[in-house]
Amino acid sequence: MALNITENIDGIFQLIGGNFSTAGEASTQLKHKLAEIGVDEEIIRRATIATFEAEMNVIIYAAAGWLHYYITPGSIKIRIEDMGPGIENIELAMQEGYSTAPEWVREMGWGAGMGLPNMKKNSDTFTVDSVVGEGTTVEMVINFP
Amino acid sequence: MTLKKIAEILDATIISDSDDLNVQILNACSADMMSAVLYYHTPNSLLITGLTQPHVIRTAEIAGIKTIVFVLNKKPDALTIDLAKQKKIPLLSTPCCMYTASGRLFSAGLPGCLTK
Amino acid sequence: MKVKDLVDQLSLDVRSFKDGLGNDITGAYVSDLLSDVMGNSKKGNVWLTLQTHLNIVAVASMKDLSAIIIVGGRQAQEETIKKAEQEKVTILTTALPSFEASGRIYQLLK
Ligand SMILES: Nc1ncnc2c1ncn2[C@@H]1O[C@H](COP(=O)(O)OP(=O)(O)OP(=O)(O)O)[C@@H](O)[C@H]1O
Ligand SMILES: [Mg+2]
Repeated sequence: MALNITENIDGIFQLIGGNFSTAGEASTQLKHKLAEIGVDEEIIRRATIATFEAEMNVIIYAAAGWLHYYITPGSIKIRIEDMGPGIENIELAMQEGYSTAPEWVREMGWGAGMGLPNMKKNSDTFTVDSVVGEGTTVEMVINFP
Repeated sequence: MTLKKIAEILDATIISDSDDLNVQILNACSADMMSAVLYYHTPNSLLITGLTQPHVIRTAEIAGIKTIVFVLNKKPDALTIDLAKQKKIPLLSTPCCMYTASGRLFSAGLPGCLTK
Repeated sequence: MKVKDLVDQLSLDVRSFKDGLGNDITGAYVSDLLSDVMGNSKKGNVWLTLQTHLNIVAVASMKDLSAIIIVGGRQAQEETIKKAEQEKVTILTTALPSFEASGRIYQLLK
């Protein structure tokens, strides 16, 4: 695959907790960026789904956060860090169906407990770090074919 | 199945017009939970949902969904309609509930979307 | 049609309150939004949903639904099953996604 880049590209978006009206904007912009430089469609799909799930978690659970991306000729790395309550039991949170989303969030279509599993499924490497009372960092790498 | 045919089967009104009512829909996904939508393989799919907020449009765009049908005559606000126009995702609204909408389309031969 | 007939026709797994398999089905309702089900489902409906949260039991019980079918291969949480046994609510599961499960039930109930 001939990627249209000569040097590494990176960028950052700020995310604001509770801001549903622009939720998904950062992931959508990243999607366009990847399309612009000629990344394979299926890779774009995986990267944006994983990013979007992480972005939504910041909007739902945290106060604020940042989404960083780093594109190299071989891969895209996405790091989403937030200031928020953190995750007490990561293993439990990773289980499909586990969710602490309150009722009003479920009424908006989130809280199926599939976000973290979706991120893992769509990335080649996936890590979550969290400190209770401080925040959570999700890092994902998707390799280009 | 064309969008035009889908609108007919569901007695749906077209809220946000698309230039192309002959766009081909390959399969359908019924859900209100957005992560479920993102779980399935949905390029060229129809999403049948009861939610009308902007993040539903963004979910659709990211999942590659071609068209959204809102059930129970629900209509999104102007902002959501604008966003859908921008993303070129046509929006339909049907008086059917999610059960009847799914039932009619399935009976007319539209398959469900696949798990990857 | 009874809940048991649906279980047989669609090979559903029975997860709670087997005695409910004799319930009559008046129709079906599909939604993942509890407020929607509270407002629009009818007595005796089977309810198809992706929700697995404890609260689905209370909704089914209050609305006198004939059974809950959890779709998409999702598993009910243990506390949900426990609560369902207590409240005499039948929970069934299927690997079929919501659209397809609805479609097939629609054809059976027609
Ligand atoms: N950034 C975060 N900060 C705090 N808690 C989080 C964060 N991300 C996830 N969690 C916790 O992990 C749980 C599971 O997250 P996951 O994204 O898998 O599901 P969900 O957000 O509950 O539902 P879905 O993503 O399907 O809409 C959440 O309910 C929440 O308790
Ligand atoms: Mg989530």
